[in-house]
Amino acid sequence: MSTPNAKTATLGPALKPKVSGEDWIMRVVLVGIALYLLITMVFPLYAILSKSFQTDKGVFLGLDNYIKFFSTPALFWSIKNSLFVTIMTCVIVVPLAFIFAYALTRSCMPLKGLFKGIALIPILMPSLLPAIALVYLFGAQGLIKGALLGHDLYGPIGIIIGESIYVFPHVLTIMLIAMSTADARLYEASEALGAGKVKTFFTVTLPGVRYGLVSAFFVCFTLVITDFGVPKVLGGKFNVLATDIYKQVVGRLDFEMGAVVGMVLLAPAVFAFFADRIAQRRQVALLSSRAVPYEPKPSRVFDTSMLAFCMLVGAIILTVLGTACFASFAKFWPYNLSFSLNHYDFDLMDGGSWDSYFNTLELAAWTAVIGTTVVFKGAYLVEKSKGFKIGRGIIQFLCMIPMAVPGLVLGLAYIFFFNNPDNPLGVIYHTMPILVICTITHFYTVSHLTAITALKQMDPEFEAVSSSLKVPSYRTFFRVTVPVCLPAILDISMYLFVNAMTTVSAVVFLYSPDTALASVAMLNMDDAGDTAPAAAMGMLIVGTAAGVRLVHAILSRGLLRRTQAWRYR
Amino acid sequence: MTDTTSSPYLKVENIVKKFGCFTALNNISLEIFESEFVCFLGPSGCGKTTLLRAIAGLDIQTSGTIKQAGKDISTLPPSERDFGIVFQSYALFPNLTVHRNVAYGLENKGMAQPDIVARVKELLELVGLPDQGDKYSAQLSGGQQQRVALARALATSPGLLLLDEPLSALDARVRSYLRHEIKALQHKIGITTIMVTHDQEEALTMADRIVVMNHGVIEQVGTPNDIYDHPASPFVADFIGSMNFLNGHAASDNLVALGGITIRVDNAQKALDRGQITVCIRPEDVATRGVDADNENAIEATVAELEFLGSVHRATLDINGNGSLRFRADFSANLMRDLAIAEGKTVHVAFPPDRLHVFADRVDTTQSP
Repeated sequence: MSTPNAKTATLGPALKPKVSGEDWIMRVVLVGIALYLLITMVFPLYAILSKSFQTDKGVFLGLDNYIKFFSTPALFWSIKNSLFVTIMTCVIVVPLAFIFAYALTRSCMPLKGLFKGIALIPILMPSLLPAIALVYLFGAQGLIKGALLGHDLYGPIGIIIGESIYVFPHVLTIMLIAMSTADARLYEASEALGAGKVKTFFTVTLPGVRYGLVSAFFVCFTLVITDFGVPKVLGGKFNVLATDIYKQVVGRLDFEMGAVVGMVLLAPAVFAFFADRIAQRRQVALLSSRAVPYEPKPSRVFDTSMLAFCMLVGAIILTVLGTACFASFAKFWPYNLSFSLNHYDFDLMDGGSWDSYFNTLELAAWTAVIGTTVVFKGAYLVEKSKGFKIGRGIIQFLCMIPMAVPGLVLGLAYIFFFNNPDNPLGVIYHTMPILVICTITHFYTVSHLTAITALKQMDPEFEAVSSSLKVPSYRTFFRVTVPVCLPAILDISMYLFVNAMTTVSAVVFLYSPDTALASVAMLNMDDAGDTAPAAAMGMLIVGTAAGVRLVHAILSRGLLRRTQAWRYR
Repeated sequence: MTDTTSSPYLKVENIVKKFGCFTALNNISLEIFESEFVCFLGPSGCGKTTLLRAIAGLDIQTSGTIKQAGKDISTLPPSERDFGIVFQSYALFPNLTVHRNVAYGLENKGMAQPDIVARVKELLELVGLPDQGDKYSAQLSGGQQQRVALARALATSPGLLLLDEPLSALDARVRSYLRHEIKALQHKIGITTIMVTHDQEEALTMADRIVVMNHGVIEQVGTPNDIYDHPASPFVADFIGSMNFLNGHAASDNLVALGGITIRVDNAQKALDRGQITVCIRPEDVATRGVDADNENAIEATVAELEFLGSVHRATLDINGNGSLRFRADFSANLMRDLAIAEGKTVHVAFPPDRLHVFADRVDTTQSP
């Protein structure tokens, strides 16, 4: 026994663990989820991929479509245009969001909650809305068009400003998370070693958030390059990939070229996705559970300048919102600014209707209810079920795909897959269910990650204890897992609801006259020149999303107080 | 308590557990008897928790059989085995009250509500928390949570109680108190119990028998006294208690040469081939009172260092005066005064032959003076 493992292991026959009844239930549900993901994600994406290599008759062409794309300057230049506005937006927004987050986490300025709330408002807007507001501010009849010094709003300038407002809250959220994980001990150590403020900033603060910055950059990149709303309104003759897909499909009915542009748009999104995943993985490793939260100390000059900065950013966001609001109630911009509700009479407008608003509510409600159920159950099985490792790994991978797929590509993929006469699932084409499924898929990844995070925080031995007490796992799921994860479940449902209300990109290819949506109506009314009604519809979406969010906050507070009594000692 | 004449309650045979190419358990065989309290003791990574989880069915072994009460349970999922378990994290359901936590397994058995209430009351009294039923686990101290977890594990009257490092998350005072409590409780209800721990003191005070593990194999199985007084391997000698390891070689049947001195070892230890050996003695076994040069195995040594441990001083003694052969010996407080021990002073101590342990070869240890 002097050396370990010196005894030869007499390996008996390998054991095959008995699979219990509930293990079988878990496996069946797991397979069900895998099938769901295949049908709603993998098959449609395959359909669009193969379509890009085919003629409109479905004959295989090889690379001909791609050669045509790259030899048509009008199409090819869109890549450069897309990259230009995207990178410019990142360069503007990431530093602004960094300073804003820095002010909220590292200064002692007053009204932090208010400024955070204002900065997050654009999350509730379809991206069309800031674009429309910019038309009222800087357009031909804009209030302050002189501010552009004679430059045309329509084109890269307008797109960059609009995108900056649209993505600001998303980038800010990431920066806030990265900054809130600061470890006070590092700052104390730096101070004790005699480092000044500037040196501390570059040796402690910046390295601590560097992966957050990288992540913020890539999220910004993906959101902007795949966004359709802002360039649709403000692009003018300046073509980008996102609007090209729409033009090819809706304008020219050239589905194959649409598929090619979609594939081209997919490439940078996929690249940004993987870069972001790598950055986030490292960010997590920086977190230590023993970190001591950082408490900022008051400093008059610093706090005042941070407050001034936040007021400026807040003012811009409120101006955009206020302009859209004002325009929606003004009788006839800019000649008669008296109050009127005419623009809210959507049924009289070309491309708009009140029905579309109620359809959107219906879509958002179904998406929240069904999406949360599917996502949470799927995440639970991936995280907590035993055995079946390969299957769980595949599902985990599938759940990450939607993040990398632009909404327009997903929407187009759904046309190819579900509108195929040979597909028995085609019955749901042009119905509400396909909109619900598509929207759930579009926003699956973030919801899935939220659920996984919550589940990971649960004691891994809950399931072991339950099985030792002979309690079936589904019982523990409903009695312990769901109640403990309720805050995360409510967050997921809220996220899905708001995004279902504001999304345009995926659903723009999938709605039918019976299932027209508010965000699509906004698009069509703006297209038809009814800009004020489009703004009105946008305000309606923002107002509803804000209202639902408020109700959700109140409800969940009440619910949490009842079901989460254990959280408060 | 250990009734070795009857057939074992739990019989583990040739268990091998591999994680990829890493062998976590290498051919483990073990018998545990009814009502016994057995501790799996070893450093982290020795396989003790893996063995416990195999017994529970949480991570089923790669090969080998496990029989409980005569029934082969080797491949059964945990839900079809008969055990209660307490984890280091307690794993109390945070959204349920103490009462509902304890009742969790009972409710599922279709017991009538009044019976459940009575049983939970009985269990909470058993673990000394009769008035805490309406609280949530977050409102309890660590020690109280531990006892709730114990009550929950015992609720369904399982045949086997598994404790996975149940005390290591608690502070020292609560730990020593609960050690006593758990042992008394186990004795009272007579449930066969296996506890995993890396804390030798815990194992020595609580266990009827200790299973010392290292690198996926069992090093020694025995009562606490056995393990402490007669370590079967250098690892056990090193891991449990303090031990001096002195390299030497066997001179003749009973004589061992250590550096410049020769000592006699007991007959029980003499069956050694001549060659490199290691002689071990615990610091507290070194004879210090009334020793002079005429004593058997007397050694003249210089006090190199003194360490105050409270009731005793642990001295590092130097035999050759050059640091080449050092060992530690304990001096009681009044002996310190009587002999006026101080660093640099020369003392006579002796190695009683019956307190020496001899192992073949040289041994690398974690403890060195």
